[in-house]
Amino acid sequence: MALDKTTVARIAHLARIELPETQLDALTGELARILEWIDQLSEVDTEDVEPMRKVMEIAAHWRTDEVTDGGRREDILKNAPETHDGYFVVPKVVE
Amino acid sequence: MSDLVRLTLTEARAALARRAISARELAEAHLAAMESARDLNAYITETPERALAMAAAADARLRRGEAGLLEGIPLAIKDLFCTEGILTTAGSRILDGFVPPYESTVTRKLWEAGAVCLGKANLDEFAMGSANVTSWYGPVRNPWTRPAEETPLVPGGSSGGSAAAVAARIALGATGTDTGGSIRQPASFCGIVGMKPTYGRCSRFGIVAFASSLDQAGPLTRTVADCALLLQAMAGYDPRDSTSADLEVPDWIGGLSGRIRGLRIGIPAEYRVEGMPVEIERLWERGAEWLRAAGAEIREISLPHTRYALPAYYIIAPAEASSNLARYDGMRYGLRIEGDDLTETYMKTRGEGFGTEVKRRVLIGTYALSAGYYDAYYLKAQKVRRRIAEDFAEAFREVDAILTPTAPSAAFRLGEKSDDPVAMYLNDVFTVPASLAGLPGISVPAGLSTEGLPLGLQVIGRAWDEATVLDVGRALEEAAAFTTLPYGLAEAA
Repeated sequence: MALDKTTVARIAHLARIELPETQLDALTGELARILEWIDQLSEVDTEDVEPMRKVMEIAAHWRTDEVTDGGRREDILKNAPETHDGYFVVPKVVE
Repeated sequence: MSDLVRLTLTEARAALARRAISARELAEAHLAAMESARDLNAYITETPERALAMAAAADARLRRGEAGLLEGIPLAIKDLFCTEGILTTAGSRILDGFVPPYESTVTRKLWEAGAVCLGKANLDEFAMGSANVTSWYGPVRNPWTRPAEETPLVPGGSSGGSAAAVAARIALGATGTDTGGSIRQPASFCGIVGMKPTYGRCSRFGIVAFASSLDQAGPLTRTVADCALLLQAMAGYDPRDSTSADLEVPDWIGGLSGRIRGLRIGIPAEYRVEGMPVEIERLWERGAEWLRAAGAEIREISLPHTRYALPAYYIIAPAEASSNLARYDGMRYGLRIEGDDLTETYMKTRGEGFGTEVKRRVLIGTYALSAGYYDAYYLKAQKVRRRIAEDFAEAFREVDAILTPTAPSAAFRLGEKSDDPVAMYLNDVFTVPASLAGLPGISVPAGLSTEGLPLGLQVIGRAWDEATVLDVGRALEEAAAFTTLPYGLAEAA
C-alpha cells in the first residue's frame, strides 16, 4: 500500500494539520518508509485471533448515576484563548 | 554540591524522620543544585517558592509526628502530569500557557504523602520520542558523557528530564510515564532505576493522554528500594480512571527482600536481535549468572512474536494518539492561530502547534483508522497485540520473571538517529512487548559499556506481580553494585 503525496495531503486535512509543501514532501517519504516497515505485520497468522480491545481482564466498575462535579465555569474558561461573558469565543461557524 | 542531594530517597526519609535534617534544608540543597545544572535543561519549570512552602509544611508535620510516606522528599514531576496552578506543557507548543485548574491523581497522592514539588521535568513532545529531542522547550542533556569527553549525549526518552534530574542529583526521585519504554529506556541511559507498573496500577487521571491503552505512570529513582517507596505512594484505584484497577496495593516496601531463591527466570531467545552490540549480550549473560548465583533457576524461553511488537505498536499508539490529540483545537486552551474560518484556524493551530514527530504519528494514526485501512492496519495490529500477550502468558506458565536488556544501546549523541524515525523507534525494541501486554517492567543499572556509559537490564513480571519484579531487580542491583556517578559529578565529589 504505497503512500503518495495526495494521500498524505488528504489525511493531513482529515487530521486538521496544515502542512507547507516542503513538510509534505519530507513527510510523505518518511511515512511511506514507516508503513513499509509496518507491513511486516502481514507475516503474522492472525486467523481466528480476536483483536485485543482490553489490556487487563478486570471488570469495569459501576457507580451510581449522579452528578459529582460541575459548576466550575470559571475554572474551565481560565485557559481559553478568548472568552466573552462566560462563553468560549470561536470563529464564526454558521454564515 | 551539598551531600544532601547525594542521599537516596530511603536515606533522606530516615534522616528526616529522626530529624537529623529538615525538609527545608533538603529542598534548598536541591534548588541550589538545580540552579547549577541548568545546562542539562532537565526542568521546563522550576517551582522554588512552592518547594519551600511545601517543605515548611512538611517540617511542621514532621515536628507534630504526622509524617506521610514521602514527607519532605523533593521530587521532579514529568511535565505530562497536570499540576494545579503550575504551567503544564507536555513539551508541546500547542499547550502554550496552559495552567491546569486541577491536579492529576498521581501527583495529588504524592503531595498528600508529603512530597515536595521541585518543578516540572522536560520530556519528548506528548511523550513521543526516545531521546528527549522533540520537546518544544529544547533537548535534555544526559548528565553522563563519555569519560573525558564533552560531546552531549541524549538521556533517552520520553521521560528524559525526569531521568536526567535523578541521575544528576537534582531530584531525589521523579515521576515518569511509560507508553512503550519511556521510563525504562531513559533509566537505562542515565544509570538509574525506572519502573513501569502493570497497566491499571496507577491512575491516568490528569496525565496528558498519548496512547490510552498503553500509558502508565511510574517512578524513576536511584535504587530499587526507592522505586518501591515511590511506587507505593503513586499506585492505587481511582474512580476517575475507568481502567484503573480496584485491587489492593501490596506492601512493596516491607515486602522487598531481594530473595529470589527458587524463582524461575526466563531468557527469551527472540531478544537476541540482529546487530545487538556484543557488550549488551555479555551484560545480559552476566545478569543471568548473577541471578543463578542468588539461587534462581535460569530457563530459556520463547516469545515467538517479539519482532512484530514494534510495528504493531507503531499502529496502535499513533491510532490512539490521533484520537487523543484531536482535542487540541485552539478553542478552549493553549495555542490558537487565527485563520479565515474555523477549519483554517484548526489547521493553522495544529500545523504550528505540533512538532514534526507528533505530526508524523497523528498522520500515521489517522491513516490507520481511515476508511478502507482500518482492518488492514488497526485491527491487524490489535490481533498481533493479542498474539504477543499470549506469548507472555504462555511463558509465565514456566517462569516467574523474564530477564532482558533494557535497550539495544547505551546513550547516543544528541542529533544521532534524529533524521531516521525507524532507527529511533528501534530503541524500544525490548520495552514495547511488555507494554503491549500491559505487564510490569523495571530497568536496573547493571554495568558500563566499553565507552563508559551505563547500561540497564530489564525484568518483566506477571500482571500485578510488581513484588517479584522488584525482588529480582533488587537481586540484580546487589550483584551489579553499580556505584559509578556521571563523570561531572564524580569530579565534583
